[in-house]
Amino acid sequence: MTIASLIDSPSELTDAASSKTAIVLMTRIRLARNLSGTAFPGWAKPAQREEILRICREAVTATSPMKRSLNITVGELSDLEKQILVERHLISRELSGAKGGAGVVISKDQAFSVMVNEEDHLRIQVLRSGFQLKKAWNAITELDSALEDHLDYAFTPTLGYLTACPTNLGTAMRASAMMHLPALVISNQMEKVVRAVNQLGMVVRGLFGEGSDASGSIFQISNQTTLGESEGEIIKRLHTVLQSIIEHELNAREKLLEADAGKLFDKVGRAFGILQNSHLLSSGEAMNLLSLIRLGIDLAVFPDASRSVIDRLFIEAQPGHLQHAQKGEYDPAQRDLLRAARLRSEFANFVRPEFSFSTNSKN
Amino acid sequence: MANPLKCDLCAKPATVHLTQIVNNKVHKVDLCESCAQAKGVTDPSGFSLADLLLKASLNPEASTASVRCEQCGFTPNDFKKHGRFGCPTCYEAFKGLVEPMLDNMHKGTTHTGKIPQRALERKSIYDRLTKLELDLTEAIKSERYEDAARARDEISQVKQTIPSNPKSAR
Repeated sequence: MTIASLIDSPSELTDAASSKTAIVLMTRIRLARNLSGTAFPGWAKPAQREEILRICREAVTATSPMKRSLNITVGELSDLEKQILVERHLISRELSGAKGGAGVVISKDQAFSVMVNEEDHLRIQVLRSGFQLKKAWNAITELDSALEDHLDYAFTPTLGYLTACPTNLGTAMRASAMMHLPALVISNQMEKVVRAVNQLGMVVRGLFGEGSDASGSIFQISNQTTLGESEGEIIKRLHTVLQSIIEHELNAREKLLEADAGKLFDKVGRAFGILQNSHLLSSGEAMNLLSLIRLGIDLAVFPDASRSVIDRLFIEAQPGHLQHAQKGEYDPAQRDLLRAARLRSEFANFVRPEFSFSTNSKN
Repeated sequence: MANPLKCDLCAKPATVHLTQIVNNKVHKVDLCESCAQAKGVTDPSGFSLADLLLKASLNPEASTASVRCEQCGFTPNDFKKHGRFGCPTCYEAFKGLVEPMLDNMHKGTTHTGKIPQRALERKSIYDRLTKLELDLTEAIKSERYEDAARARDEISQVKQTIPSNPKSAR
C-alpha cells in the first residue's frame, strides 16, 4: 500500500460514526515494546537504529493484521504527509520529528499502526471508533503476541516490559478514550472533572495529546500508571471512570436544557449560521462550531446520520487535511479562507435544524 | 529574612516556590530564578514537578555515579539529562536508582500483567542449549565421551522443541 492511497481511503475515525459514538468518539490502546539487549532508540547509534528498524519492520509486516499494510520510513514522508498521519492519530508528533532510522507500519484499514524507533523500539497502537476498550485490547494483545513469535522482548518478571522511560514500565500500556464533552465545557465543569479524574490516577489531555488544547470540546482520557496493575484491571478502572464521565456529560446536558433550552439552542443555531456563511475560520473556531452541531445531533436537532459527517469534518478541518484536499501548501491566513469555503459548501446542503423544546435528550 | 531557602538544584537563594499534588502526595520545590527558567517552570503547559523531582532526587546519587551500564555505557548522569534509560539492561545496572522512583510513579512496584510467554519459553530453551553446548565441548576436551554423547542427544532433543525461528538484534 502507498501513502497516497492510504491518505485517500477513509480512516477508522472518519468512517464508522454511529449513535454508539455519541460521546466516546474513539478508543485507543498503545503498547510500548523493546528488543532485549538492544539500546533504546534515544541512545542507539544511527547504524543500530537502522538495524532495529529493519528487524522490527520485517517482524511487523509478517503478522496477519499487517498484510498489505503501508510500511514506510519517516524520511520517505513529506511534511504534509506526516501532518496528515498525526491528525489521524496514526503517528505521534515525536515520530514525525525523528531524524533517521524511524518508521511506521499502518494496516490497510488504519486500525493498527506500529511506530518503530519512537521513544521505544515499538509503539503498537490500535484505534477503534466508539467506546470499545475490550475489543481494542483483544485486538492489540493478539498482534502483540504474534510479534512475540519473531522478536525477543525486553522483559523482567518484576518490572514487566522494560521501556526507555520508567513511567511506562510494567504493562507499558496506555489505554485512552477520545470524548466529546460540550455540556461539561459550557457549564464550566471541566476543571472539576479533570481534578476528579486525576485523583483516580487517570489523565485528561486535549485532542492531540500532551500540551494540545481541547478545541471542539474533545478530550483524551487515559491511564497514568502502568506498573502494579494488570492490563485488565487498568482497563476496568478506566472503563468505570469513562462511564461516570459520560453520565456527568448527559446530566449536564439535561441541566442546560432544563435551565434554559433557548440559550443552548441559540448556540447550536448560531453555529449552523456561521458554518453556512462565514468566510474566515481558524481550525480552533471550526472545531468549536462543529462541536456544537454535534451536540445538536445528540439533542435530535439534526438527524443521527449527520454525526458521521461532523466526525469527518473534525479531521478535514485540520491544517494538513485541508491542504491535502486543496493540493497545495498555504499559510494560515489562506487556510482560514479555504476552510470556511470548504465548510460553507458542506453546510449548504446540510439538513436544516429542527428545534423542539420538548426534546428528550437521553441517548 | 533570617534563613532564606536555597534552590534545590543549585545553591543560590530560592525565589520560586512550588507546591504540586501528584497522586495525593504533596511535593514542594524551591528554585532560584535561573533554575526555574531553565526547567520551564514559567511555562505551565510544559512543566511537570514530578519530572523535576524525579531528576532532583537523583542529585545525591550523582556523586556515587561512577556506575556504568555494562551493556550500553549509560550513566546515572545521562538519565538525569534525558529522563530516559539507555537500554533494557540499565534497569539492572541502576536498580538502586530505579526502585525508589517507582513508588511515587506507579500504583505498585511489581508487574502483574501480561507475560510474553512464548518469548520467555524460547529464551529458556536457548539458555539450556547454550549450557548443553558448553558441556559438550568441555566433555570432548576432557575426553569424557559418555558425557559428550549424552549432551549431544539432549541437544538434538531440545532443538526439536524450538517453536519458531525468532530474530533478535543481537
